[in-house]
Amino acid sequence: MNLYLTCRLYSKGRFLGYQRGKRMQDVNNALVKIEGVNTKKDTEFYMGKRVAYIYRAKREINGTKIRAIWGRVTRPHGNTGTVRAKFRTNLPPRAMGASLRIMLYPSRV
Amino acid sequence: MARADVKRQIVPGVSRASRSRAFKNRGTYKVKRVAGPRREEKVAAKTSKPAAQKAKKTDLESAILHNGSKFYPADSEPKPKQTRKTVRPTKLRKSITPGTVLVLLAGRFRGKKVVFLKQLASGLLLVTGPYAVNGIPVRRVNQAYVIATSTKVDVSSVKVSEKFNDQYFARETEEKSKDAEQKFFGEGAEAKKTLPAHKAADQKELDAQLVKAISAVPMLKSYLKASFSLTKGQAPHLMKF
Repeated sequence: MNLYLTCRLYSKGRFLGYQRGKRMQDVNNALVKIEGVNTKKDTEFYMGKRVAYIYRAKREINGTKIRAIWGRVTRPHGNTGTVRAKFRTNLPPRAMGASLRIMLYPSRV
Repeated sequence: MARADVKRQIVPGVSRASRSRAFKNRGTYKVKRVAGPRREEKVAAKTSKPAAQKAKKTDLESAILHNGSKFYPADSEPKPKQTRKTVRPTKLRKSITPGTVLVLLAGRFRGKKVVFLKQLASGLLLVTGPYAVNGIPVRRVNQAYVIATSTKVDVSSVKVSEKFNDQYFARETEEKSKDAEQKFFGEGAEAKKTLPAHKAADQKELDAQLVKAISAVPMLKSYLKASFSLTKGQAPHLMKF
């Protein structure tokens, strides 16, 4: 049985897009909206937490078609609870709007 | 660094003066070389012992004054930089004290609750379910992968054996048997590894003490048995663990 189904130990988030200006975007910084986080103050808990973008691919690697791109929450973005995250390899544009997992570790509680 | 060193070195290991500059500053070349024994004397020294001793001494003197050569290596030899870092023990989070109930966040037992026993020399936390209550054996976890709850188990009466150290959890090195080849080609399935009897006994001994402390508090046992999970609409930043 998949333990993740029975025991969710991550917050859900959405990949909104990249940090950007009017004409340029910085693909190194992903903007993430975490569920239930609506103020800058709330984001404090999530700083440094690990983020995973989990997706399915056609080819199996190590016996699984599920892959992940890992990253970390770096800092808040704006005043409404959005955060910036950096990923080991930048998230692909097709991941925009996809859900991310914001893990509870590294924990400071 | 002493003040004199600050003058002489830019940073530890990097001296202000170059090698040739330092040679000039020291001025050892100005000192007249003390004449070593002449060749004829050396020959004589071989024959007579006291003379040999004398010759040796003068050689030594000259070596101290100046190593016998007016040349010095043109290339400066890199000196390794002094490290001033020291290994400091991992700081335990304030919220974690012996007896604290922790929630494991990753790994095989994610979502399960455990009791913190002590911090090991490596900085890892020694925890157990206990095994008799929720099936989590004595194991080590990193405090980054743990949520400390406000619940505490009274472990004042529990004696955690000294044998639970980092060595205790080290992976056992497998002895390479001669018939490894035979094994590889499938001479029957390998016997499933079982927990050594002494480890099972250690767990039992620890569990007995812990269960006593746990069952003294109502609801605590079922609390430890229940696993932690987030459900719809819950945000961990609002929780008080």
